[in-house]
Amino acid sequence: MDLIRIKNVEKKYKNGVTAIYDLNLAIEKGSFVFVIGGSGSGKSTLIKMLYREEKPTKGQVIVGGLDVAKLKNKKVYKLRRKLGIVFQDYRLLPKLTVYENVAFALECIGEKRDIIRIKVLKALEDVGLKNKVHEYPDNLSGGEQQRVAIARAIVNDPKLLLCDEPTGNLDPEKSMEIMRVLDSINKTRGTTIIMATHDKEIVNKMKKQVITLKDGHLVKFKQKGTYAE
Amino acid sequence: MKPFRMLGRSIRDAVKSVIRNFSLSLASISCITITLIIVAIGIMASLNVKNFTEAIEKDMTIVVFLKNDATAEDAIEVEKEIKKISNVEKYTYQTKKEIKEKMQSESEVFKTVLNNWEEDESPLKDTYQVKVKNINQIKETALKIEKIDKVAVVRYGEGMVDKMVKAFASVEKVTYGIVIGLILVTVFLIINTIKLTISARRKEIGIMRLVGASNLTIKLPFIIEGMILGLLGSIVPVLVTTYGYYAFYRHFDGYLYSRLIQLIKPEPFIYQASIAIVAIGILVGMIGSASAVKKYLKI
Ligand SMILES: Nc1ncnc2c1ncn2[C@@H]1O[C@H](COP(=O)(O)OP(=O)(O)OP(=O)(O)O)[C@@H](O)[C@H]1O
Ligand SMILES: [Mg+2]
Repeated sequence: MDLIRIKNVEKKYKNGVTAIYDLNLAIEKGSFVFVIGGSGSGKSTLIKMLYREEKPTKGQVIVGGLDVAKLKNKKVYKLRRKLGIVFQDYRLLPKLTVYENVAFALECIGEKRDIIRIKVLKALEDVGLKNKVHEYPDNLSGGEQQRVAIARAIVNDPKLLLCDEPTGNLDPEKSMEIMRVLDSINKTRGTTIIMATHDKEIVNKMKKQVITLKDGHLVKFKQKGTYAE
Repeated sequence: MKPFRMLGRSIRDAVKSVIRNFSLSLASISCITITLIIVAIGIMASLNVKNFTEAIEKDMTIVVFLKNDATAEDAIEVEKEIKKISNVEKYTYQTKKEIKEKMQSESEVFKTVLNNWEEDESPLKDTYQVKVKNINQIKETALKIEKIDKVAVVRYGEGMVDKMVKAFASVEKVTYGIVIGLILVTVFLIINTIKLTISARRKEIGIMRLVGASNLTIKLPFIIEGMILGLLGSIVPVLVTTYGYYAFYRHFDGYLYSRLIQLIKPEPFIYQASIAIVAIGILVGMIGSASAVKKYLKI
C-alpha cells in the first residue's frame, strides 16, 4: 500500500521561482527513500509539501489518505501528529533537558504524564541516549543533539519520518551513526522514512530507494540506488 | 482530563511570561488599573444618578395652589377641570389646615411660626397635588392647570435637582470619552506585552506547530496571559471601589445634599460593581491578547 501519493504536483513560489515541475510519485509504506539532487533542485520544497509547510500550486499530495493540499490551516495539526520531522539544525529548546525536549512533543498534544514517561524513555533508548536523559542540549555533541531531535520526532509513533539533511552539520562518522539509528527505526518500528541529502557516501552505503531531482524535475526513482551525477 | 491538562499547562506558561516580562506587564497592569478606577467611579456615579433620578421622577408632583378667595364650590369646579386632563393620573386635595398640621409635625420651627397666624391670614393655600402619567409632558399639563379659573399658581419639579441631573449627564459623557481612550491605550499596551512574549517564544511555537499542537493549544497561553494582566489590574480598582464607596456612603449618611437624593445602599451594590469591574478587566485583557495573537501568530 502506498503511504504517499504525489500526482501532477507543481510548486511555484510567490517570487515566481518554480521549485517543482509536474511531479508524480508513490511511496510505499515502510520504505526508506533518499531524495537527492543539487542545491536548489527542490528537495526541501518536496519535504515541505509533505508536512504542509508549503502547499502545491497544482496537483495532489496525499499522505496516509489525507489530501494535504486541501487541508485547512486549522487542521494542519492533525497531519503533523501522524509524522515526525528532523532538520539539519536540530531545533531543540536549550532550556529544556533531553527528556523534557522529547516529552514536549507529547505534552503539546495533551498526552498523559505516565504515558509520556514510557514513550519518551523508549524513544531515547531507540536512539541510544538513555544515559543522557537529564543533560541539556548545549552539553551534547552535534550527533547526540540530532539523536535527541530524532527521538522527539518518533516519540509519538508516527507512520512517516521526514528528514531534511539530518547529517548536514555532522562529520562522516557521526553521520553514519545517525544513519544506523534511522535504519533501525525503519526496520524495528516500520516507520516510513524520507530523507533529503546530498551526502553521496551515505546514499551509496545505505542502498535504499533514491529519488533524484534536478532543477525541479524528477529524473530518476530507483530501488537500491546510488548517487550518480 | 485532557482539556484540564492543557489548561494547566497554559496557565503555568502564562504566569511564567507575566513574570519574565515584568516591566511591560506592570505597565499594562497599571494602565488597566487606572482605566478600571475611572470606569468604577463612572459606573457607581451613573447608577446612583439613575437611581435617584428615577426616585425623584416617581414622586414628581404638580402642586396646584388655589386662590385665597376660592370657596369649596370653586374647589370642586377646579377638581372637575383637572379630571378632564388626560395626562393626570391621580390627585389629592389638601386644605390649608391639613398642610399646616403636616408642616408643624415635621419641624419645630414651623410649629411656632405657623401657630402665630390666624386661619384667614395664613400664607398657606388650599392645594391639589397632581401626579402625572407621563413625566415628559409635565410642563404642558401644568400650563393647562394654571389656566383653570381660581387657580393661583402651579409648581412642579425642583429646579436644583433638574440642573444636577443634567450636570451629571454631561460629566457622564466626558467620562465615557476618557474611559474609551484609556481602554484603547490599555489594549495597545497589552498587545505589545503579548507580542514580546510571542517573539520570546518563536522557536517554541515553531516546534509546537511541527509536533502537532492544535492552534488553540498554541494560542491559549497568550490569551490567558492577557486575562491574568486584566485580573491583576482589577485588584486595586475593586479595593478602591469597595472601601471608597463604603466611606462615601457613611460620610454622607446615605444622602447627598438633601433627603431627595438618596444613595444606593453599599450592599449588595459594591459586590455587583466589583464583579463588573473584574469582568471588564479580564475582558479588556482578553481582547488585547486575542488581537495580538491574531496579528503576530499567523497560524
Ligand atoms: N520560500 C521560498 N520562496 C521563494 N523561493 C524559494 C523558497 N524556498 C525555496 N525557494 C526556491 O526554490 C528552489 C528549490 O529550493 P529548495 O530549498 O527546495 O532546494 P533544495 O534542493 O532543498 O536545496 P539545498 O540542497 O540547497 O537545500 C530554489 O531555487 C529556491 O531558491
Ligand atoms: Mg534544502
